[in-house]
Amino acid sequence: MIAEAGLAALWLAAALALLQLAFVWFGLTTDKEDLLQSVRPVAVAQGALTLVAFLLLILLFWQSDMSVALVAANSHSMKPLLYKIAGTWGNHEGSMLLWVTVMGAAGMAVALFERALERRAHMATLGAQAAISMGFYAFLLFASNPFARLNPSPPDGQGLNPLLQDPGLAFHPPTLYLGYVGLSVAFSFAVGALLTGQVNAAFAKAMRPWVLGAWVLLTLGITAGSYWAYYELGWGGWWFWDPVENASLMPWLAATALLHSATVLATRDALRAWTVMLAVVAFSMSMVGTFLVRSGILTSVHAFAVDPTRGTFILILLAIYIGGALALFALRVDSVREGAQFDPVSRETMLVLNNLLLVVILGLVLIGTLYPLLTEAMGYKVSVGPPYFDRIVGPIAIILMIVLAAGPLTRWRRDSAAAVGKRVLIPAGVAVIATLVLAVLAWGRIGVLPFLGLVTAAGVAVASIAPLWKRKLLRTPLFTWGMVIAHLGCAVSLAGMAADSAFTVEKLAAAKPGDVIQTAGWTLRFDAITPIAGDNWTALQADMRAERGGRSTAIHPQARFFTTPPTGTTEAALLTRWDGQLYVVLGQEADQGRWQVRVWWKPFVTLIWLGGILIALGGVLALVGRERRGWIAKFRRREAMAA
Amino acid sequence: MKRLLIWLPFLLFAGFVLLFVLGMFKPDDRVITSKLVGQPLPAFALPAGASDRPGLSSTDLATGEPHLLNIFASWCVPCAAEAPQLLALKQAGAKIDAIAIRDARPDVDGFLKRWGNPYDRIGLDARSSVQLALGSSGVPETFVIDGKGRIVHQHIGDIREENVPEILAKLRAAR
Repeated sequence: MIAEAGLAALWLAAALALLQLAFVWFGLTTDKEDLLQSVRPVAVAQGALTLVAFLLLILLFWQSDMSVALVAANSHSMKPLLYKIAGTWGNHEGSMLLWVTVMGAAGMAVALFERALERRAHMATLGAQAAISMGFYAFLLFASNPFARLNPSPPDGQGLNPLLQDPGLAFHPPTLYLGYVGLSVAFSFAVGALLTGQVNAAFAKAMRPWVLGAWVLLTLGITAGSYWAYYELGWGGWWFWDPVENASLMPWLAATALLHSATVLATRDALRAWTVMLAVVAFSMSMVGTFLVRSGILTSVHAFAVDPTRGTFILILLAIYIGGALALFALRVDSVREGAQFDPVSRETMLVLNNLLLVVILGLVLIGTLYPLLTEAMGYKVSVGPPYFDRIVGPIAIILMIVLAAGPLTRWRRDSAAAVGKRVLIPAGVAVIATLVLAVLAWGRIGVLPFLGLVTAAGVAVASIAPLWKRKLLRTPLFTWGMVIAHLGCAVSLAGMAADSAFTVEKLAAAKPGDVIQTAGWTLRFDAITPIAGDNWTALQADMRAERGGRSTAIHPQARFFTTPPTGTTEAALLTRWDGQLYVVLGQEADQGRWQVRVWWKPFVTLIWLGGILIALGGVLALVGRERRGWIAKFRRREAMAA
Repeated sequence: MKRLLIWLPFLLFAGFVLLFVLGMFKPDDRVITSKLVGQPLPAFALPAGASDRPGLSSTDLATGEPHLLNIFASWCVPCAAEAPQLLALKQAGAKIDAIAIRDARPDVDGFLKRWGNPYDRIGLDARSSVQLALGSSGVPETFVIDGKGRIVHQHIGDIREENVPEILAKLRAAR
């Protein structure tokens, strides 16, 4: 019954989306106010139904109802409860249901809480959101039904991929999806604004909190995903430029650019067409990323099971929505009047530079990700790996960081180069000192890019807190704090990345119990190998003691074996210290009772994710700061009316 | 000019869609064959990969007699699976040399002790550079080399029992 109820909720939601679109369409074209009146309740009901469908699927996983094909294929009755629930979105159908749920819920939120937008534009936005939702409902219902039954039902399920049986899975995909799909709101805003000819500062002001919210979640999702890959895969790396990772990075780059251009549009009423374009591009990148990952188009040399019908389906959706929005842009851009002008030396120019650099990086990542396809179309097979991305993206990212340092220290509208130069004097000085210190300590031992990264990080860290200089800290607006903390987060993250690639020490040893491994100031005593058993796995665990400076800590890297499905994973042992992380992986058994042990000492690697969290925190502060102004203004109006 | 610029994003996107369509409906070839089949071996000289076998250089493979060149690694499970077939080929009179990829001599020794040693010479290719020069994309792979040191056949993946006659036939044809 539960599965049938879920399916019914989904069909109903799809029907309401159609209704919502129809109400908006006829309401706007014929100026029928009663039709428009009904749009918001319909959007709310639609969002609520998607939530119901999603909760019902979670319930099915919770109960381990093996008569549902999706549960049987991805769950197992012996699995811990947390992973049963997380298994709901650890597969194609479930994650697509999460996708439409986020989309429906976002539509509901826009219907309930959006007050700043001009009414016709608001309605058109809700219409666009319904139109996008409809495509994904169709995809779910016709090509990826999560509620399909199995008859007869199997005695037990096939289990979840062990790599996914990790607390990370419980939180990472929902966060990422909230951000990823939350960008659909920006897309709908852009379409709505183009249709009603309302591309202006008010549009940017109304859109900004939604973009900020999605961007914060996307930032957290990417940060969590990076850390998850880092400790779960056991390769010691934190970013692999894998198509799946790039698929989440590209929308983030576009959303970051959008955030900044929306600020220009909101504050100075400039960059109108550009901002609308970015709003379209951001969610388009979410869709393209999903297509690349789901269609199997990029992984065709690997032996992953892929479904070409699904790929075709998403490709058609892509063509309709992105193609439609871009065509709409081209047709309607004439109605977007030219915005305000600005001086070559001004905050606006800095933000334009920021946008251009972000878009260039986005383009390079896109080309790198699609490169195998491009070359294959020309008849030969090549794919580009991390060296391409590191070498190409790295230097541009460093230039971007330098712009990031100078931008907040430049005035809106018009500034003089000399004045800006004076303000960046101290950060530049810090960078020079960092260069000298590094040159003395590590000249010739570290690569050019990590070197530049560390120097830039030092300068940017100082520059990013400079806007607080000589200000009363408590009276500084919250969104200024948000900017400062987010920019500081960029510097912190960059420092972590550069320190990791500059100073990481790696050691591969074949050791037997009783041996001692020494590396990078650490002494690892390998005491024993003991077998242990978990809920649905068994493991060989190495008992080791890691010692540095007289302090000894027990660590236990594991090689785990899961029974359903039969797979092995490595559980790295991580030891976090203020100055870095010790990362120990137990490999395979070599001959004569010796084991392969891989040890990394990664100085300051944790800064990468700390930076990510700071960036997200900055976003939250900016969001609260901007919104609070609105709340206070509203409160004052009410007071005034009461008086 | 401006008109065209406005449509540029749309046109770019249309290009991508075309690319995706091409990519989705292409025949899925999962096997990457070396462009060097029919060509002479690239020149190389590798140090010994095992303690009781000499190393391998390209001249060792141009002695007038056809050879099998097996690309393997001690850490590679399919390589262990194909070991019996290599021993059978050796029984049938094939001369087999090998290149061990990204390996260490003690590990190779252990591997050969456990699974048998059909090889006359073993070169150690610690950084896969020779493997790449050969146009081989993974382990295990086996090349049939004629007496003049030309690659005449490439077998990708582990050699199964049913492949043995085919490889022997290629060896005979290479005489």
